[in-house]
Amino acid sequence: MSRIQSTFAALAQQKKKALIPYITAGDPHPKHTVNLMHALVNSGANMLELGVPFSDPMADGPVIQRASERALAHHVGLVDVLQMVRTFREKDTKTPVILMGYANPVEAMGIENFADQAKAAGVDGVLTVDYPPEECGDFVSLLKSRELDPIFLLSPTTEASRINTIVRQASGFVYYVSLKGVTGSQNLDIAQVTERLQSIRSKTSLPIGVGFGVRDAETARQVAEIADAIVVGSRMVQEVENSTEQALLGNLAALTSELRAAIDSN
Amino acid sequence: MQVYDMPDERGHFGPYGGVFVAETLIEALEELRVMYERYRHDPEFLAEFAYDLKHFVGRPSPVYYAQRLSEKIGGARIYFKREDLNHTGAHKVNNTVGQALLAKRMGKPRVIAETGAGQHGVATATIAARLGLECVVYMGSEDVKRQAPNVYRMKLLGATVVPVESGSKTLKDALNEAMRDWVTNVADTFYIIGTVAGPHPYPMMVRDFQSVIGIEAKQQMQEMIGRQPDAVVACVGGGSNAMGIFYPYIDEENVKLIGVEAAGYGLETGKHAAPLTANSPVGVLHGNRTYLMQDKNGQIVETHSVSAGLDYPGVGPEHAWLKDIHRAEYVAVTDDEAMNAFHTMCRTEGIIPALESSHAIAYAMKLAATMSPEKVLLVNLSGRGDKDINTVARLSGIEL
Repeated sequence: MSRIQSTFAALAQQKKKALIPYITAGDPHPKHTVNLMHALVNSGANMLELGVPFSDPMADGPVIQRASERALAHHVGLVDVLQMVRTFREKDTKTPVILMGYANPVEAMGIENFADQAKAAGVDGVLTVDYPPEECGDFVSLLKSRELDPIFLLSPTTEASRINTIVRQASGFVYYVSLKGVTGSQNLDIAQVTERLQSIRSKTSLPIGVGFGVRDAETARQVAEIADAIVVGSRMVQEVENSTEQALLGNLAALTSELRAAIDSN
Repeated sequence: MQVYDMPDERGHFGPYGGVFVAETLIEALEELRVMYERYRHDPEFLAEFAYDLKHFVGRPSPVYYAQRLSEKIGGARIYFKREDLNHTGAHKVNNTVGQALLAKRMGKPRVIAETGAGQHGVATATIAARLGLECVVYMGSEDVKRQAPNVYRMKLLGATVVPVESGSKTLKDALNEAMRDWVTNVADTFYIIGTVAGPHPYPMMVRDFQSVIGIEAKQQMQEMIGRQPDAVVACVGGGSNAMGIFYPYIDEENVKLIGVEAAGYGLETGKHAAPLTANSPVGVLHGNRTYLMQDKNGQIVETHSVSAGLDYPGVGPEHAWLKDIHRAEYVAVTDDEAMNAFHTMCRTEGIIPALESSHAIAYAMKLAATMSPEKVLLVNLSGRGDKDINTVARLSGIEL
């Protein structure tokens, strides 16, 4: 059982939902990333989504794009991101880490080389935004043979037959994009998400994470009623952007605690 | 002889092309793919397209023998396919007319586009006005500054121009932003991509709409000289004018196809926009796999060309394929060579060419000099240079 699978299993036993905050590796400076990861875990995160900076993040809104630009100003590449995970693993062997990024940095490293290095660094799941299942069969096999979970997105417009195709390739969990648009768009429509999740659950027993529109504690609480995991991205990154270096860890920890409390209040 | 038949049903040209987008765009692309398949051979749709190309765009564009230029060089005879004479001044309008007619069939009241030099933006705004569609054009803020007359032109035509401040503030960033708009407003919006790149079906669809250039040229060359040229030369940024003229010639084995990329300050400086000529690594950007200018971390690097329309780090996937199978040859000329060709063309032929097209002219001039006068080169004069006079004046140290 992968670290992601066992984390979901343990949470289910406790009747709790997974909180998955997202930060971009290297934002605002590479020296903070590992400390931030530990701070998020200590204040209630169950898994971490770590963004790999990319020059052309087409599926992201302005907030996460700026995070990428800040990290790229310090030349943070995929190799550096994997090193951060390796350092994180020196003190935390239990919290799953999911890399989220785009295909080109992975291809530049070589997909097999990447799979080897990600495994060695202690990565658990990989979400490659612009790799739909039809285009990444080889990559998925390489990940699975190393017990890395390929994470796939499902969107409000994904058709039923396609959901079946995607969940057959996915493992760990599936990530439901709660609205039409890029990361950090307007608030999600909880009734619509509820309906869609029911339809997805009829096709897979994989846990379902929901993200792309969770902007505050109340939305997180509502989503926690219906999803297995709540992914909070742009809101976290906004906090990074608005924090002084001194206040960074404290602010991110406080926000994570607030989201945790909201999720657990159901 | 095997007939060229690309792409496959999922948009692959060998290892290139494909559909590399986030799940949020998949259904929109599928809808587009299905609708385009329905209409691409539909006689009524094709008749409407042909009518607008004739009466609105002014096609067929002529083929012109550049006698003085040819004699000055003293080598092969140079002919130009005059896309510069189209309404809005470039080949871009062929494609926007096609896609806008498709948008209308699909019931989408709003069209969006990205633009670099502004030609595709103007062409989109133009056809949107003609068809009564709302139009939003994304343009890198650097390009907004470089191409002020085209920005104003789009506004006159009723379009909203959105300056893009992210990344390098050029064409690739405008493309990112247009994709984001599309994913957010997909129900009522049609995204008119201006070049033979992007996710399937765009590279195929844009090529099909642009192939009117090559179809006409084949007939016109036959009429003018009783045979086909020895080589066809076209500039390549994303590569739509080149695919348009190359495509109908692909099965004509005796006709060489030559794509001319922008070498900028020189390939050796790294400041260029010539991924094919420089043999850049293959990667994934803007929905397709192709040759891409990138650093060792897979980050897309900033490109340079004097011509905004060629200033793009990737290239259409079909060009990548034609390079690999050696059906087309790709070369690059520098800013200086293109500028020199620009001035020569102005003074020798009375034609002010676009800086993009000047790259093709520059290479054709070099090549013609090595060939005998019995040989014939057909150059795609993809656009006129009125939009570039500010740039040229500035580079010549002249204040307008």
